[in-house]
Amino acid sequence: MAHSAALSSEQYNYEIVKKFAIASIFWGILGMSAGVYIASELAWPFLNFDIAQITFGRLRPLHTSGVIFGFGGNALFATSYYVVQRTCQARLAGGTFWPNFTFWGWNLSVLIAGVLYLFGYTQGREYAEPVWFIDIAITVVWVVYFLIFTITLIKRNQPHIYVANWFYMSFILATALLHIFNNLAVPVSFTSLESYSLFSGAQDAMTQWWYGHNAVGFFLTAAFLGMMYYFVPKQAGRPVYSYRLSIIHFWALSFMYMWVGTHHLHWTAIPDWTSTLAATFSILLLMPSWGGMINGIMTLSGAWDKLRTDPIMMFMITALSFYGMSTFEGPMMSLKSVNALSHYTDWTVGHVHSGALGWVAMISIASFYHMIPRLWNTTLYSTQLVYTHFFLATIGTILYITALWVSGIGQGLMLRAFDEYGNLAYTFVETVAFMHGPLVARAVGGLFFLSGMFVMAYNIYMTITRAKQEEPVSATAAAQA
Amino acid sequence: MFKHESIETNSGLLIVLTLVAISIGGLVEIVPLHYINETVEDVKDPVTGVELVRPYTPLEQRGRDIYIREGCYTCHSQMIRPFRDEDLRYGHYSLAAESKFDHPFQWGSKRTGPDLARVGGKYSNEWQVAHLVAPRSVVPESIMPNYPWLLENNLQYADIKDRMIALKRVGVPYSLTKVEYESNVKRFGEDVAKKLDINTAENNLMAQAQKGNYDGNPNKLTEMDALVAYLQVLGTMVDFKKFDEDHFIQFR
Repeated sequence: MAHSAALSSEQYNYEIVKKFAIASIFWGILGMSAGVYIASELAWPFLNFDIAQITFGRLRPLHTSGVIFGFGGNALFATSYYVVQRTCQARLAGGTFWPNFTFWGWNLSVLIAGVLYLFGYTQGREYAEPVWFIDIAITVVWVVYFLIFTITLIKRNQPHIYVANWFYMSFILATALLHIFNNLAVPVSFTSLESYSLFSGAQDAMTQWWYGHNAVGFFLTAAFLGMMYYFVPKQAGRPVYSYRLSIIHFWALSFMYMWVGTHHLHWTAIPDWTSTLAATFSILLLMPSWGGMINGIMTLSGAWDKLRTDPIMMFMITALSFYGMSTFEGPMMSLKSVNALSHYTDWTVGHVHSGALGWVAMISIASFYHMIPRLWNTTLYSTQLVYTHFFLATIGTILYITALWVSGIGQGLMLRAFDEYGNLAYTFVETVAFMHGPLVARAVGGLFFLSGMFVMAYNIYMTITRAKQEEPVSATAAAQA
Repeated sequence: MFKHESIETNSGLLIVLTLVAISIGGLVEIVPLHYINETVEDVKDPVTGVELVRPYTPLEQRGRDIYIREGCYTCHSQMIRPFRDEDLRYGHYSLAAESKFDHPFQWGSKRTGPDLARVGGKYSNEWQVAHLVAPRSVVPESIMPNYPWLLENNLQYADIKDRMIALKRVGVPYSLTKVEYESNVKRFGEDVAKKLDINTAENNLMAQAQKGNYDGNPNKLTEMDALVAYLQVLGTMVDFKKFDEDHFIQFR
């Protein structure tokens, strides 16, 4: 076992995977800390401290970019570079330079964009806040990423392209398409950081939510399904449950996701037919989503005992359960009648986090616990700490989404309540006062999840340190590779 | 018969077919919106025939820039939906036309605070300033941050012409030439057309700030002047009293 792993670290470019994995954990802690802080600002507004740079409006994009592009993005680079090499049995294309280019290019882009938010430089488009020159830098990095990934696929020593790579490919292509069209803008001048978007009003809204929802669909779902299709079978020691289901899952998901973005714009000033189409496809999307979930969970059939003995497997199955739950909740919220209540409230925020914490973060965490010991050719420092992390993460997620169900549905009901004379029963600010309790609980839920990340960082740190002490020879070999 | 195996063994085919699969949805839903005229209503004064929705004045546009800078959209929407409670709370539902000069749109996705699409004219300038500096001084239960620096920072407007030219490039009808100015006179009337002239942008900006005295301090042109000027124009361009009650339903 140790022997073959030592061999793989020479055969494959593991150095780049290591860098991305560590960067991901770093960004996870940074982005989630920002999240806990802004959640606390909503519960206790004095925390804004009259400091412009840390007000909710400027810090919130740092949280979203930090976790989506920092934590999620680095996790996807890490795992896609790992999976594409392992499943193609080919070393990563681009030598050492180009993969490193994607590492520094990506991380500097996210970092500079994040610092600029604090100083008020933003495009004012949700999840596409980076200023125009960062958008160009990201495009360049992404083209290199696409080439590295594709050339590695072409060089493969296996006749078939493994299913995980289809999902990664779909994610790379879709992200390029979305990023380019949604960020079309004219800068104020070449020395200005500010720009004005090419589209306006209704067309701009359509483009933005086509981007916004498919950032969820491809960045935060398709790519993480790629992760699922490699790491769940590996950890379970069983093949993927159904090959046919994975084909249907892939094509249906890739095709349907792009139709559903408009459900973020129900009842707004966009044409009704786009809204109806989006709602219809949102309902249809339940099928491939659950198909994928079933494919993942059933991969464990014949090895169910691992759910009792293997905390990594517990992370994976919990992640898939949250995936199933949020892909049920999503179509339900995309019904116009439900959306009339849920839209603009914390229910949406809770829904996002049941996907983001429950699914995206948990499947990434599980993949890291599987992958990192293999990268450093060692075993995990502590399995007990993985259990601790698992319970912190699960309790945190459940507390978070439950609190925001109360807050969101509560506010939605209050805002549409009428008294016996037909007047509005509540003012807006009465709903704000009502939400204080749930918002405190939400911040505590976030804190639970964040503490889990610290436990993970410690566990990983100890794993790597021990690996370096134990096998100085193999570590040097890996560093040279 | 076509076998899926042929896709799995050919990366080029996989890329092409995936691109096809992911392109269709966007093509069907977004591209037509740029060509179907009814997407954005034509809102003209029933009597004079001038367009009611106009581009922002230089001062209002600078206010909008600050609105974006501070991330107001993370907690406030600018999109009223056609429901009875929203009508009572905020006013007539938003028309697409009302944001047709918004680059980018700021409809928002979350109401941690109330909708702002028709906040213009609802509160006095004094209230807006007091509320922005210390929200809890006027609304005790508010959880909005304080924005005291808006009253301290001088408004930067050295690049106002560059900004208007950039906006003109993306389709906002600010005028540079005599012909463009005349066309604006026809579309929006002479008073509005003057304010949309890029050549006199700086004077227009200062004149509006002087006349409006939004921040309560006539001796200082602050970011507060610009932001309040922007907030006070939101939702006020279309006077719905001029139209039959169900006039805009035909466009939905």
